[in-house]
Amino acid sequence: MNILYDEKIDGELHHVDRAELVAAMRTAMPDLEILHTHEDLKPFECDGLSAYRTTPLLVVLPERLDQVETLLKLCHRMHVPVVARGAGTGLSGGALPLEQGVLLVMARFNRILEVNPEGRFARVQPGVRNLAISQAAEPFGLYYAPDPSSQIACSIGGNVAENAGGVHCLKYGLTVHNLLKVEVLTIEGEHVTFGSDALDAAGFDLLALFTGSEGLLGVVTEVTVKLLPKPQVARVLLASFDSVEKAGKAVADIISAGIIPGGLEMMDKLAIQAAEDFIHAGYPVEAEAILLCELDGVDADVQDDIERVRTVLATAGATDVQLARDEAERIKFWAGRKNAFPAVGRMSPDYYCMDGTIPRKQLPAVLKGTAELSVEYGLRVANVFHAGDGNMHPLILFDANQPGEFERAEALGGKILELCVAVGGTITGEHGVGREKINQMCVQFNSDELTFFHAVKAAFDPAGLLNPGKNIPTLHRCAEFGAMHVHHGHLPFPELERF
Amino acid sequence: MSEPAHDADQAEALLTQVQAALAAGTPLSITGGDSKAFYGRPVTGTPLDVRGHRGIVSYDPAELVITARAGTPLAELNAALDAGGQMLPCEAPDFTGSATVGGMVAAGLSGPRRPWVGSVRDFVLGCRIITGHGKHLRFGGEVIKNVAGYDVSRLMTGTLGCLGLITEVSFKVLPKPRASLTLRLEMDRPRALRKFAEWGQQSLPISGACQDGGTTLLRLEGGESSVKAARELLGGEEVPPVFWDALRNHRLDFFKDPRPLWRLAVGNNRTPAELPGDALIDWGGAQVWLKTTADTAQLRALAAQAGGHADCYTPGVTDGPLPPLPDALMRYHRQLKAQLDPQGIFNPGRMYAGL
Repeated sequence: MNILYDEKIDGELHHVDRAELVAAMRTAMPDLEILHTHEDLKPFECDGLSAYRTTPLLVVLPERLDQVETLLKLCHRMHVPVVARGAGTGLSGGALPLEQGVLLVMARFNRILEVNPEGRFARVQPGVRNLAISQAAEPFGLYYAPDPSSQIACSIGGNVAENAGGVHCLKYGLTVHNLLKVEVLTIEGEHVTFGSDALDAAGFDLLALFTGSEGLLGVVTEVTVKLLPKPQVARVLLASFDSVEKAGKAVADIISAGIIPGGLEMMDKLAIQAAEDFIHAGYPVEAEAILLCELDGVDADVQDDIERVRTVLATAGATDVQLARDEAERIKFWAGRKNAFPAVGRMSPDYYCMDGTIPRKQLPAVLKGTAELSVEYGLRVANVFHAGDGNMHPLILFDANQPGEFERAEALGGKILELCVAVGGTITGEHGVGREKINQMCVQFNSDELTFFHAVKAAFDPAGLLNPGKNIPTLHRCAEFGAMHVHHGHLPFPELERF
Repeated sequence: MSEPAHDADQAEALLTQVQAALAAGTPLSITGGDSKAFYGRPVTGTPLDVRGHRGIVSYDPAELVITARAGTPLAELNAALDAGGQMLPCEAPDFTGSATVGGMVAAGLSGPRRPWVGSVRDFVLGCRIITGHGKHLRFGGEVIKNVAGYDVSRLMTGTLGCLGLITEVSFKVLPKPRASLTLRLEMDRPRALRKFAEWGQQSLPISGACQDGGTTLLRLEGGESSVKAARELLGGEEVPPVFWDALRNHRLDFFKDPRPLWRLAVGNNRTPAELPGDALIDWGGAQVWLKTTADTAQLRALAAQAGGHADCYTPGVTDGPLPPLPDALMRYHRQLKAQLDPQGIFNPGRMYAGL
């Protein structure tokens, strides 16, 4: 079942004439940059999930908030859908444009407005890059904790919209745990503030609701993030295992020993080999699994914890444990993990990254299930895993030039996500639902729960103009998706062309 | 885990009661342990007692997740975690000893450790709720990272039951710190506030920072080595840790003062220098407990100037004990309430009149 917007099942959209809309915008906002020719629109037809592309009706690149406000009011009045976009690095198609919609690019709002070391916060515009915040805070010995692997490019507005994660979530939380306040424009062009400069705010926790709402409730115009003191030291241990089960057991044992590592990552054999071929990080290519365990904090505690973790790893059956001798080696150990995606990309013309989260104890069962599905669908799968927080990133290897392979990859990905739900997990830990996992939402939530989500949406955007088709599927789509499951679910290869 | 005899899944009975209230259009006044009955505005409605729906549903220390029914006594949840060497780090208050898990989440109040570890909502991973459409639904889950759909579980936290009936909650929990000690330093308020701002920028294992008159109390928690090093660095005198429980549950002498109790939440490093009444500074300066007869408007203006808000913990002082909302924000509160509780049966008016 195609995931591109289908008005028959995703809801009818108002069709507006492009020239008429451009004219209305030019009148209301004479100095707003508007892109409307095919060649200008082309670069904006996808986000980080490049397998799915749609040419937007228009792209607008405002530079001032009054332009955004006027634009939203105009689109609200003319019933034009609006898709907000930051740096466009999202991996779930959350900023995938609509043929009948305006793509609102917030990238030019890229100023850091304030870094306040005594108050331990930074106030920034939504187009500021994640890493730029930590860089601005660095002279004060502070940093912004969430670090999605795209942090060099991704913008904070998108991080808020997606509730972005990273490799340090178990200890330092997701975006939602590291925000004080967001300024938002609603579809009616109304300014509202969620959160406050204090640690809590009056009324319902709309900051929590807004974070991760994927651009369906409003457009972020300013973000106040918490800053933390930089840990004094970070040390990393690299442990090898001759089975994935033993590595999984070691993860549980580390946590049961009362240790919360700053980062705890697992890679399986295929991912290890890919990373080692690419980065030469010094990974043991004969191992079935490796664990990277980073301990950070106050120097003296870190030394103590290294010894504790070494003991736990040895007891859990690690075949080898190395402590990065210095900062250079620590960075090298991490480089293999952080480049795992491009490394896998070198082994295969294309790859497709999944994002399910599972209870950690289910890891061996899910990896076994994934391996079986891999055989069934005839596609290789490499596994990298945020082991500390249960977030899996299976990478499905395929060749889009081979007829049917992309559709098979898509179907296999869907099956892996359904497996995650079946063991008590979720279809997305940090990449978001976007358009990519819209069908799997029907597996995770029943129609009453989806109806509840639609009610939340209706409180902010009853006409459904903000990012329609993302995050929450219509009941109609789920009915179609469910019907396909019933008809074809028993077949090893359902009618793939329909997916 | 074998369930103690009093554990019971009464979700069906609760659902029936909510459906009956929906059918009759009669409001419900949701109660748990009544430990926070003073908080918010009075509700007129049929009492709905959640205490019978109790018990820990699952707890696996290695997963760092615990799930409990709403009526479970908070003390029981904490005892189970303690036995597993873990804790719910936000150390929510249990003023009377009767607080329940559902009440903790509905009120969303956090204890002295909050600035360093996070609030109740930060530890909520998932919940089950009975909705204003008479459905029993599940949101979030038992995994630490989950961004599927809107974050309904965190939205429900701190809504005082106004958006639905919480029946079950899953929390992220953490290991108890290996070492903990409490320091008492003779330090007046201006100096303490300067030091709080300075320490906040350093990697110190502080997990409590309170200032009362000429005395400053600090709690250090972490590994043995860092706590020992910080203790040497900061000086002062080591005192028993009971202070923090007394602070969290408002059992210090300070709270016996007969004047109304106000809470001011303010920005980091923005604690007002002049406070009308007697003040106890908590959260390293970000939360002020105030015993005062000053008028509501003055206190609200004072808190607003400091980037925050003021709520009144003493019933009867003001008709609006919770901080008022700007018009635009109030409109979205009303719209959300109208969508999720269209008949207005859940704790109407508990937070704000007409909500």
